[in-house]
Amino acid sequence: MKDFQYLAPRKLDEAAALMDAHGGSAQLLAGGTDLLIFMRNGRKSPDVIIDAKKIPELTRLQLDDEQLTIGAAVSCRTVWEHPEISERFPALTDAATLIGGIQIQGRATFGGNLCNAAPSADTVPPVIVYGATAHIVSSRGERQAPVEEICTGPGSTSLAADEILVSLTVPRPRANSGAAFLRFIPRNEMDIAVANAAARVDLDEAGETFESARIAIGAVAPVPLFVEAAGAALSGKPVNDESIAEAARIARDAATPINDMRGTIEHRKQLVEVLTARALRRAIARAGGGTRGQT
Amino acid sequence: MSDASPKNGFNVVGTSPIRPDGLDKVTGRAQFADDFHLPNMLHGKILRSPHAHARIVSIDTSAAEALPGVRAVVTGADFPAVRHELLNLGTAGVLNIREMSENCMAKDKVLYDGHAVAAVAADNPHDAELAMNLIKVEYELLPPVMNVRAAMADDAPVVHENFHPGGFIAPTEKYLPNASRVQLGNGDPEQGFAEADLVLEREYTAETIHQGYIESHVTTVTWDSNDYVTVWTATQGQFALRDHLADIIQVPISNINVVPLEIGGGFGGKERLYIDPVAAFLSKKSQCPVKIAMRRDEVFRATGPSSGTFIKLKFGVKRDGTLTAAHLHMAYEAGAYAGGPLFLGIMSATSRYNIPNIHIDGFDVIVNKPTMRPYRAPGAPQALFAVEQMIDELAHELGMDPIDFRMQNLMRTGDRLVPGFPLAPIDTEKMMETVKAHPHYQAPLEGANRGRGLAYSIWFNIGEISSARMQVNPDGSVTLATASPDLSGTRISLAMQAAEALGIDVEQVSPTVSDTQSIGFSLPSVGSRTTYSTGAIVCEVAQEILKQMCERAALLWETDAADVSVEHGVFSNKTEPGQSITFNELAARMFETGGPISHHRTGHTQSFIPGTAVHLVDVEVDPDTGKVDILRYTIFQDVGKAVHPDYVEGQMQGAAVQGIGMALNEEYFYDDEGRLKNASLLDYRLPTSLDVPMLETVVLETPNPAHPFGVRGCGEISIAPPPAAIANAIHDAVGVRLNSMPMAPHKVCAAVNAAKPAKAA
Repeated sequence: MKDFQYLAPRKLDEAAALMDAHGGSAQLLAGGTDLLIFMRNGRKSPDVIIDAKKIPELTRLQLDDEQLTIGAAVSCRTVWEHPEISERFPALTDAATLIGGIQIQGRATFGGNLCNAAPSADTVPPVIVYGATAHIVSSRGERQAPVEEICTGPGSTSLAADEILVSLTVPRPRANSGAAFLRFIPRNEMDIAVANAAARVDLDEAGETFESARIAIGAVAPVPLFVEAAGAALSGKPVNDESIAEAARIARDAATPINDMRGTIEHRKQLVEVLTARALRRAIARAGGGTRGQT
Repeated sequence: MSDASPKNGFNVVGTSPIRPDGLDKVTGRAQFADDFHLPNMLHGKILRSPHAHARIVSIDTSAAEALPGVRAVVTGADFPAVRHELLNLGTAGVLNIREMSENCMAKDKVLYDGHAVAAVAADNPHDAELAMNLIKVEYELLPPVMNVRAAMADDAPVVHENFHPGGFIAPTEKYLPNASRVQLGNGDPEQGFAEADLVLEREYTAETIHQGYIESHVTTVTWDSNDYVTVWTATQGQFALRDHLADIIQVPISNINVVPLEIGGGFGGKERLYIDPVAAFLSKKSQCPVKIAMRRDEVFRATGPSSGTFIKLKFGVKRDGTLTAAHLHMAYEAGAYAGGPLFLGIMSATSRYNIPNIHIDGFDVIVNKPTMRPYRAPGAPQALFAVEQMIDELAHELGMDPIDFRMQNLMRTGDRLVPGFPLAPIDTEKMMETVKAHPHYQAPLEGANRGRGLAYSIWFNIGEISSARMQVNPDGSVTLATASPDLSGTRISLAMQAAEALGIDVEQVSPTVSDTQSIGFSLPSVGSRTTYSTGAIVCEVAQEILKQMCERAALLWETDAADVSVEHGVFSNKTEPGQSITFNELAARMFETGGPISHHRTGHTQSFIPGTAVHLVDVEVDPDTGKVDILRYTIFQDVGKAVHPDYVEGQMQGAAVQGIGMALNEEYFYDDEGRLKNASLLDYRLPTSLDVPMLETVVLETPNPAHPFGVRGCGEISIAPPPAAIANAIHDAVGVRLNSMPMAPHKVCAAVNAAKPAKAA
């Protein structure tokens, strides 16, 4: 590991100024569960580490009547320990409790997971289906972007070298809404997704018809993939096996996986269809609807 | 659970006292190799080849040598030409010292991704790593060969211009540019197949796997001004390490002392040296002690894994279930240098069934991977994955119960093994009957996609040479030293045998593992031999101690030693009823009766002691994802005599966990250029605690006549049956045969999908 300088600003504008000054040679450190490994194996060798965990805006976790705000440096464990978040946003908890073991969950963050931009990132499909917005700051100003526009390829994002992801805001789901996240790993713990899928459904009051839905899949494309067409196909459709199967098929067709040590193309495409269908069933059950669709 | 009550005449053997090293291990105080430090110690780092097969054109170390804090740099040029290329080990075959040296540091060619090409010693690990990255190596790339079938193909790239066949017990000949061949057999297979009513031919493959010990390889070496060399490391065999090191660094064996520290797992992977000669030469050049600690990726890339295999079987059977003939084509990866676990794979393939007409064609195949080394029952899991699936398939085709089919062809005590010698005493029939009567075998298995499978194994203990020293102290305590590194609780199992033989409490015996200058030679802790073989020598030493103590009592009583008897630690005068003295009282009077009481012995025990195991498993398969979940698992194992039942159970379960890991997920994953892509614990996919259910154990005890208490080594065998047992259970669950190990979800899925149209038709 190369020598580096460690900086821990306590204010967001200070952090933005440091990012501006050091440009591409600086790396923001949240939980470090990816960054430290990359520094050890030589994949990244920053001159400057800027710790995000002393900046109030990045460590804030707040649920109000409108939305949930997750600071970019809030740990997965802080999220899943929050009882109301688990109740209102179960797909976030599905993902936050799956990443690594207890120690990793205490360090790893939603913001870090997004900015690390792994195609297999487990927290990204859930925030996509919840319609989250990313809040970004630099010394040049602030901007917002839909969360599905952040990752642009394996390890790369739409953030400029001087930009800081401050937080994600997630709108509160309405009534008769449910969501779920599932991943497939060959082991039962401590593994990287071969494929994953998140689904959110908004049902009518009777729980028999989809009013809208969002589906996102992971580890089957260069980025965690928002499959808009799969959700759109469910709008106005009855909650039944046929609708679910059709949406799952669209998700499968959207997948463009690769063969690697973690899985094969054929298996990943099958998994994404199976997981999408299963996530939809679980989401429907959580929305209190569709007895025929329940798992 | 500790059970202090005597059983079957034993007082100590059969109880479960706490091991002396346990508390320090769970509290983090135990001294492992990386906890060892010396003043002025330097840190070494090794530069490794990123290529699987290449010629080294040049190495430029000047920039590394110029870096402040760097004290020494070595390359293959610092490793002297060996004095004798081949070392004859008698029955254990031949050892190629030149290749062993070049495996530690490449000279002209690199033969696998991770092959060492240069090393640096610096004041701290950070400087050593910076310097290592400044070394420039120019390579001329050569095409790699990455599996046995590619290496045996007509146009295969040749790894070595010339090589000596690896050392095997049976005659081995050079057969192809990358392969040696061993052939064994009996009867007339052609005639046997003609007599068969059913003949099946099947092919099976397995991928390269690693032992996955928690502790990586770490060594600290000093080379002093008198050419005395001291090594502090974790090893399964301090004497093997010493002797091999002497050959490579070319100092007299007597100048070397190897001090074995606590070992964090070996499973066969720590009986060969990798970094010790490198640290030795760095120490010689820098005149300072040098420590080298491998990172995890180095362990995967550059230490000895176990072979990937290609096995082709043809078995013939009569309608009544009698096996008539078998042909086995068994190709095992040797890795970069000849001499992999092929022969042990051959020995384990059919050594439990009587097959009158059999031919085994074995191939030891050189590929551009690290040199294959033993891994717990080396070669057996791969062989059983093939043969026990074949047996299951034959039973299925004949409509026979899998146990009845095995019973019909069962090898019993005295039956001839394929290499010609008879099976040493063991009750194979009782094993089968125990399984058949067990509630797990009898329990109905209900539910979709659920299935049950079993596999049966015989595996042999190595005996041979062990050493032990015992010293009785004036306070009645006994110091027990052996040359057998403690991988698995053998210090307590040896102390228990000493206490049993001496008739004293186990708490009175303090067991230690000695360095090479403090005790006689011993074979390493391999081949399920320590509790059995070293245990037998410990018992012999105890008998000598008791004999000496009887003589001391005789002196006190002014009688003949033949008149003194000893039982349960009390010495009695047979000619004077009522005259007796306890072990402790007699020890306290040793200086009145001639001084210290001690004995050292280097002795020999019998090899090829069989153990048996059957694993029975219920699985549930998710046909949509290919995931296999284990619902219930029972291990039946004959251990001769369980010295420490809790630790015996631990060995059975630990071995099964490793077998389950290789069955379902573990494999080396190389890219097309021969680079290892999953050299991490994240992607190598060892099983976690959530991947294995409770493993029930059933211990059988058929005494081993070659050991005074009937002990058989129990550490290895239970790694062998899991892949086959799980494969058979998967077939029972979803009707497909998995002929490729690991049975990863994508393979299960593909097999289930491939079977679908056939089902519909």
